[in-house]
Amino acid sequence: MSTSKLSHAEAAEQFIKDEPRTDWHDETLWFVRQKRDKAAHGLPEWEKLREWASQIKDHTLSNLDNYLKEFESKAQDNGVIVHWAADGEEHNRIIYDIITHHRIKKIVKSKSMLTEECGLNEFLHAKGIETVDTDLGERIVQFRNEPPSHIVLPAIHLKKQDVSDTFHEHLHTEKGNNDPQYLTEAARQHLREKFIESELAITGVNFAVAETGGIVVCTNEGNADMGAHAANIHIACMGFEKMIPKAEHLSVFLRLLARSATGQPITTYSSHFHKPREGQDMHIVIVDNGRSRQLGRADFRNSLKCIRCAACFNTCPVYRRSGGHSYHTAVAGPIGSILNPNIDMRANADLPFASTLCGSCSNVCPVKIDIHDQLWKWRQVLVEEGYVDTTKKVGLKGMAFVLARPGLYRFAGKAGRAMMRMFPWLLNNKLNPWYKQREMPAPPKESFRDWYIKNKQQ
Amino acid sequence: MSARETILKAISANKPTLVDLPAIDLATVIQYGDLVEQYKTVLQSIGGGTIELQDINSLKAELQTKKANGDFVVNRIAALGDVENSLDHLTATDLAAVDTAYLEGSIAVAENGAIWLYESQMGNRLLPFICQHLVIVIERKNIVPTMHHAYQQIETAKEGFGVFLAGPSKTADIEQSLVIGAHGARSLIVYII
Amino acid sequence: MWPIGNKNVHMKVGLFIPCYIDQFYPQVGIATLQLLEKLGCNVSFPLNQTCCGQPMANSGFAALSKNCDKNFVANFRGFDYIVGPSGSCVLHLKEHLHDEQHPGEAEHIRKHVYELTEFLVDILKIEKLNASFSHKVGLHNSCHGQRGLHLSSMSERMLPAFSKPQQLLSMVKGLELSLPVRSDECCGFGGTFCVFEEAVSVKMGKDRITEHSANKVEYITGGDVSCLMHLEGILKRNGSSVKTIHIAEILNSNA
Repeated sequence: MSTSKLSHAEAAEQFIKDEPRTDWHDETLWFVRQKRDKAAHGLPEWEKLREWASQIKDHTLSNLDNYLKEFESKAQDNGVIVHWAADGEEHNRIIYDIITHHRIKKIVKSKSMLTEECGLNEFLHAKGIETVDTDLGERIVQFRNEPPSHIVLPAIHLKKQDVSDTFHEHLHTEKGNNDPQYLTEAARQHLREKFIESELAITGVNFAVAETGGIVVCTNEGNADMGAHAANIHIACMGFEKMIPKAEHLSVFLRLLARSATGQPITTYSSHFHKPREGQDMHIVIVDNGRSRQLGRADFRNSLKCIRCAACFNTCPVYRRSGGHSYHTAVAGPIGSILNPNIDMRANADLPFASTLCGSCSNVCPVKIDIHDQLWKWRQVLVEEGYVDTTKKVGLKGMAFVLARPGLYRFAGKAGRAMMRMFPWLLNNKLNPWYKQREMPAPPKESFRDWYIKNKQQ
Repeated sequence: MSARETILKAISANKPTLVDLPAIDLATVIQYGDLVEQYKTVLQSIGGGTIELQDINSLKAELQTKKANGDFVVNRIAALGDVENSLDHLTATDLAAVDTAYLEGSIAVAENGAIWLYESQMGNRLLPFICQHLVIVIERKNIVPTMHHAYQQIETAKEGFGVFLAGPSKTADIEQSLVIGAHGARSLIVYII
Repeated sequence: MWPIGNKNVHMKVGLFIPCYIDQFYPQVGIATLQLLEKLGCNVSFPLNQTCCGQPMANSGFAALSKNCDKNFVANFRGFDYIVGPSGSCVLHLKEHLHDEQHPGEAEHIRKHVYELTEFLVDILKIEKLNASFSHKVGLHNSCHGQRGLHLSSMSERMLPAFSKPQQLLSMVKGLELSLPVRSDECCGFGGTFCVFEEAVSVKMGKDRITEHSANKVEYITGGDVSCLMHLEGILKRNGSSVKTIHIAEILNSNA
């Protein structure tokens, strides 16, 4: 993943410079949010489903080690080879070893945010091994050497002209033909070839069922299945939080997942893998990469309930106007902003601040993660751990000092409404970001308190 | 210590106090007056087609016509005549040439149009995905209201693979424009007997 | 004239006027006070109040707001209710006000602090208002009031629809109310977000204004001065004729 060195605010400012495109991005994702609303309204039990999903995940996290052991043992009984990886590096190494052991040349990969998180493509590329991403959106961004900007809609930042140009360059489609139908057909032909010749398929995992040792993978395109059923080796990669106790619980999650993600009643394919087909090797790689640490943070552990539907992305007014790349991490959006500080606090200290704390994310979350409260809590942690820049710190310390002292507060207020100095956003000079595109409030003749003393106090 | 032990130890140390699973009360989930109508409406909304049949003979005729026209058709439904049983040996290249596959579904779900297929019903795991067009036959009595009901009736781990399949393959990855026929089947017709 | 007037006299109400209202929008404080008094409440304004501590806490410096908390508790102990014309500040107090030396009093305040419109609807249960405001008005639902204090139903949740601010505005004579297409999207103020994420903040505000302008409103109203100050700043910079006005000012407007 090409990580930008810009902070979220800086990258967002770049993004917004093209205002019509920002509007388009915002409206496109808002449309997805509206489809989600419509789908949710279709089920009178919607809020109850969310509650069930949340409680099933809470229960699972509270018994996770036992469920993982049960899952592993069942999967092994099913003929699956189970691997454990403490971090991204180990995950990549395991996959690399399987590839080299079998002298594999042709690899297809369906969408797995975990492999993005671990930087698998880059790792393999550095070793001279190429993987073909087969989700259409992921293939588009792979051609362009960009990371996905959204976990469900990886190329949502691109317009069809961009895709047309990219396909013209890589797939020799007609120049200027922007028809999505035509472009999708070109990708279909191109990727069918890749599926048919593939020797190894990597997929993600949406749910792993402890009682059966099975995994469920959801796609609309069918690319995970095309890969996994065509290749002789299937590797499924999962963060350990994908676990659920029983197959019957899939009903709750499959009812919520696609409705929350895109407003569809269910994804086209919800594939349940239990055993490798005859002659096939099937591997499951179970990854920690900071998750056990997050499990130990009482304030943040329930972020591990996430089922990666991206409803919080689509509803987030900041995400819609800043684009996924401004979050400079594999998982962007509000959920990314509470997951990524756990992985690297210094590199991702800006993310919990990339929110107005409006709370819409928590309201759409199908597993009821208190996302906006966790953003607030991460801010406290980041300040305490010293990951917030000093100017901010000095400003807010000064502000706190004044506001804790009624006399000083009034004095500051009276000093020609120099009160503005107390509020970092009201610094009265041209460098003040408030003033760049907004007028200052006009200072009144007297404060409310002054008025009150004059008019109300006998 | 192996990664496995390290991870399990860390989880055991960091997990919260055990909380209970919720009780899922099916009496509180949505009910449909007419399951067949609901099923048809939803499947159409996600790009599939439905045809109600009194008996399976007309479908038999359609299959024969296709075969006579030289289309590469794979039939997995005994009631439709000869069943193609030896699909195991077919490679992806072979299967990519399949024009239409005829499969029998176990359970259909009214709330979302999905049909459960066991591996044994596919004959080859790749078939329902790689064929150009897909025809699935379900029995009217096997339409259930929701996924909760569906999971009560299937046994997910009975075979090596199974799928809930809802409509033809699709994508909206280019500017959110819906395109039917991404990688998998370009069409799905469900016959309800 | 004020149907439930005098029976409220026994209520000792502490008037909480957030610092930026005190300093920049005193008319909102005046309207709040007059409105509560018209409705028969026994209101007093503790003179040594400053700030609820939210600006620090939302920026990650909750630890720095301890003294603000202390000062707040010292000013507002002993009231039956504390009422303020700001959903955001009230939510902050409900969630985060603590005082190690006076935990009981802090708890009482957390449980009895009300945003103005919820106080009018839930506690005073007013059904009529003698107010008139003959203008086209757009309502901005501020996030903390809406999603935090549940002043109205939320577009994300599948629950019955209601709105306390709208219920009150519907009692105002002559007022023609409209909602923007996205009835509860954030305006982008977000505390220090408005300067640290200036570009997104302003873009969000502009988009709210575009939707209100499409409804040809003369005023944008809401329950939080902070949101309105942000929208007003953008409106003024762009030379718009649309004005902002706090809901207390409308509810207090004379017939």
